Amino acid sequence: MSPLHSTPDGEGTDPPRSVPTSEPDTTPFESWDRPRTAWLLPGRCRTPRRRTLLLEATSRALFPTILVFSIYLLLVGHYGPGGGFSAGLVAGLAFVLRYLAGGSTDPGAVITIRPPVLMGVGLTISVLTALTPMLFGAPVLATAKLTVRVPLLGDLGVVTSLFLDVGVYLLIIGVVLDLLRALGSGIERDMRAAGEPI
Amino acid sequence: MSDVMTSLPTLPVLLPILGAALSVVLGTSVAAQRVVALVTLGTVAAVAGVLLVTADRSGPVVTALGGWAPPVGIALVADRLSALLLLVSTLVALAVLVYAISQRIADYGRGVASSTFYPMYLVLSAGVSLAYLSGDLFTLFVSFEIMLTASYVLITRRTTTRTIRAGMTYVTVSLLSSLLFLTAVGMVYAATATVNLADLSVRVQTLSPGLRTVLALMFVVVFGIKAAMVPLHFWLPDSYPNAPAPVTALFAGLLTKVSFYAMLRTQTLVFPHDRPWTLMLWFAVATMIIGALGAVAQNDINRLLAFLLVSHIGFMLFGLGVSDARGLSGATLYAAHHITVLATLFLVSGLIVRRTGTVALDRMGGLLKTSPALAVLFAIPAMTLAGLPPTAGFVAKLQLLQAGADAGVGPTAVAAVVILASFLTLYALVRVWVRVFWGLPAPTVEDPDPDDELGVGTARTPWPMYAATAGLVVVSLAIAAFAGPLSVVTGRAGEDLVARDGYRVAVLGSPR
Repeated sequence: MSPLHSTPDGEGTDPPRSVPTSEPDTTPFESWDRPRTAWLLPGRCRTPRRRTLLLEATSRALFPTILVFSIYLLLVGHYGPGGGFSAGLVAGLAFVLRYLAGGSTDPGAVITIRPPVLMGVGLTISVLTALTPMLFGAPVLATAKLTVRVPLLGDLGVVTSLFLDVGVYLLIIGVVLDLLRALGSGIERDMRAAGEPI
Repeated sequence: MSDVMTSLPTLPVLLPILGAALSVVLGTSVAAQRVVALVTLGTVAAVAGVLLVTADRSGPVVTALGGWAPPVGIALVADRLSALLLLVSTLVALAVLVYAISQRIADYGRGVASSTFYPMYLVLSAGVSLAYLSGDLFTLFVSFEIMLTASYVLITRRTTTRTIRAGMTYVTVSLLSSLLFLTAVGMVYAATATVNLADLSVRVQTLSPGLRTVLALMFVVVFGIKAAMVPLHFWLPDSYPNAPAPVTALFAGLLTKVSFYAMLRTQTLVFPHDRPWTLMLWFAVATMIIGALGAVAQNDINRLLAFLLVSHIGFMLFGLGVSDARGLSGATLYAAHHITVLATLFLVSGLIVRRTGTVALDRMGGLLKTSPALAVLFAIPAMTLAGLPPTAGFVAKLQLLQAGADAGVGPTAVAAVVILASFLTLYALVRVWVRVFWGLPAPTVEDPDPDDELGVGTARTPWPMYAATAGLVVVSLAIAAFAGPLSVVTGRAGEDLVARDGYRVAVLGSPR
């Protein structure tokens, strides 16, 4: 076991302490905190009888659309309904849908980035966006409108608060994924440990 | 003032949040997490020092977030009172962090990262800073939520059945008081159409006296619960002692004092009292006496300290009840001293428990022989808390007593209670001294539950844990040594609180 190993409550402990069962638990839930772990993928398939093909197929078709819609909400948020928070929730819901349909076996919903990292990166972006105006002698959290010339599209107006929203967007996705891990995969793991069918 | 200076009050809030975000990203590298946490809190302490000097020299430093001028925009205000308490709180948080890091290395090993401890510690610091600096009621509510949410995580981490029960009491009571807080903010907004404190202090004058009293009492109850004012203190002795020593020290030092600060701010700026405030004086008497008597009856060292914490909240309430500049100045000085000394005592108690393996006073003994350093570290803050000269506690208490004696018959009578409560405090602490440090050395008690964070690692205590505790003792001694200049600053802070115009002009641009 590497010294960097941590259990979900955040404390690294010796394996005999944290795993009360006799056989070692090899599900990714135990090692979610290790980087580059596919935490939604337990490596075994659901019982075929319990699959809901219709929902699975529909959710796979909808998944990219919902993600694109969430980015639309993120960009439009400054002038219309939307913004980083709601966009993050919508994107998170896309993952929730994949999870509901495919359980933790759905390879399309495999995340190789740790949810806490997503949260941390989002929060970092937001705080840095808040602090940046200080460098230009403006008050903290002040916004400015930049005009960017993009080939083919012409002039695009970008409000700097968009960067704050991007941070919030990542933060919220991270939170939803972490909830899925703790309340979804975690409960499945407990059920498996109790010998109940999933 | 330069642009950078006006933006300075945002740093004590934003830097810890940035630090928390970075330490989540660096979740696998514990060395980086430690550096980030220490550097962040060190920087915040420096910023708080600059803010205190600036606020004392040239008046409150006000930041209008995003350039939106108050009362429409959110204002962060650092005046003498908030900058002083911010500085003391950050120094305490820094010392407790050093203690916690050293304890974690000793108990879990050098390489063990945590995805919750450091981020939550920094988020809690951010909440505390925001509470001191916020210039409007709603931001104050948000800051309490930031602070409390982080504290829920810190108090229920690595839980056992016993600690989760204690944690549930804490979470339930805190949620209830937050709900009341939000209701009170809503009522204030409905009545006055503003939540900006400076604006509010002008607009509440148009309300009927009855409505004003109801609103004022709502805030007394809300902050009374959070500050553990008797009879709303019941949750504190049950919850704080069940957390690990550094967490208890952090909570005992900071959280109740932040609530007292919020009470002080609202009750002086928005709902001021011209004469001594009889109701608050009664609360002060009850808090001092019931807290001290509760402490005398305890056998668990942490519960004893928790009751003393409650008792000494009463001393600050007394200063608030006197309601003149000197009373408020005394309360401010007392709060600054109390933050340091309570955190120190809980850290010392943590060191004692590491040696003895138990919190029960009747199972300890003879530590004076086996660990004289610990005896010194306990004796100095104990004398400070009891208020023996020449410690900081004596200086602060003397100010309160003088203010009380000059303010009329009622406050003078309460001043007598202050002396009585000080004697009870001394008695309770002497009991600890006799039981723990005198007598025959008792055998170390085995840790009944090695999995929880309480009483872990009874064998080794690394020197940085002693050093951090000693550092806090030095801060406390420095408060006594520099009592002269410090009481000049708190005296001006007390006059600011009574005059109110300086705060209004700084935030709104005119006293109106």
